Amino acid sequence: MERKPIYKLQGTDLSCIRDDRVLFEGLAFELVSGQVLLLEGKNGSGKTSLLRILCGFREPDAGQVFWCGDAINDSQYYADMAYVGHLDGVKKELTVLENLKVSLALGRSGQYSIEQVLTKVHLAGYDDALVQALSAGQKRRLSLARLLITKNIVWILDEPFTSLDKQGIALIESLMSEHCANGGMIVLTSHHDIDLHGVDVQRILLS
Amino acid sequence: MSLSRAFFAIIRRDLVLALRRRSEIANPLLFFVLVITLFPLGIGAQPHLLQAIAPGIIWVSALLAAMLSLDSLFRSDFDDGSLEQILLSAHPASILVLGKIIAHWLVTGLPLLIVAPLLAIFLGMPTHSLGILLLTLLLGTPVLSLIGAIGVALTVGLRRGGMILSLLVLPLYVPVLIFASNAVEMAGSGLPIDAQINILISILLLALVLAPWPTAAALKMSIN
Repeated sequence: MERKPIYKLQGTDLSCIRDDRVLFEGLAFELVSGQVLLLEGKNGSGKTSLLRILCGFREPDAGQVFWCGDAINDSQYYADMAYVGHLDGVKKELTVLENLKVSLALGRSGQYSIEQVLTKVHLAGYDDALVQALSAGQKRRLSLARLLITKNIVWILDEPFTSLDKQGIALIESLMSEHCANGGMIVLTSHHDIDLHGVDVQRILLS
Repeated sequence: MSLSRAFFAIIRRDLVLALRRRSEIANPLLFFVLVITLFPLGIGAQPHLLQAIAPGIIWVSALLAAMLSLDSLFRSDFDDGSLEQILLSAHPASILVLGKIIAHWLVTGLPLLIVAPLLAIFLGMPTHSLGILLLTLLLGTPVLSLIGAIGVALTVGLRRGGMILSLLVLPLYVPVLIFASNAVEMAGSGLPIDAQINILISILLLALVLAPWPTAAALKMSIN
């Protein structure tokens, strides 16, 4: 079997304080290729704040995040990660194809072409449809398609299953399992129970 | 190589978006034309006075039209999450932001250049200073977009940033206004204007090199 390089995302002693309220402190985790980190907790418990820290949008109030041993700002991290937040990050006046072309230009080409990805997320034939004409679930699948067209290792997903139907959820779960099997890693928040066969899932409960 | 691809992809994207939302192009242009056509009505039949203040009128209107269009620079990207994606890209954010500013100028600044000569003739400006008017607009309006971008980037996260934006940006526009309208006025009287033009060129180059960094940094703060 081909040996894949092992990547490691590590957080040490992270804390986040918002409006004088401590959301979490002393939080540590270590995630290597092939693993999934699931953040759980009720609304307002700091799940999204932690994801935004991992994206570098927000500085942790203490602690640091490391990518393969280097602080994320001094490493290849941003070339290796992809983020889908609760905002879709697609322009509604552009077509599906135009949106994906922009995402592709901003990243590195991955293993799939745009056509292959559209087939994978069941949006084949929608190439020239304006995004504003798509349903919420289709928009969601389009923003998740961005993960597949670019080459990346870490997926950071904030509630990826929002507005997806059962088939959509199963589809994204299978894509996630495939990504982990290919040596990727995923950090996500979700209110749904996720069902990933044969994937090492770590859970962090924020309260 | 791939950085230039990303840079042009951003410019292309914003131009396509502008074409699909035409009001974005039309608004500042319409404002520019309306303000300038109102002046002769307000001042009355005094062709000499109008001719004397024409450079000032055109430049002040261009400046206000640029201000009016600024908010659209990052607003929709901020609202739909595209801005996060742009800033997360492994490419330097300042270069991508520069692409957005260039696209914004092509959409809102360039049309002003095209109608300005017509409006100048309408105000009775001497024909030999039309070329200089165009030159100052060509050098000055990109500066308005570049400096304005810093202000918008700082205020895009605020609910009502409009007032603060004007307070932040207008003082920085003043040098451009002074040198540009002065150059057009002097050209009208046949005086040399090399100094003003050189200063405008240097302001443009400085802004081109220095403005994208604080803009990118301010955007990173705003999305937090």
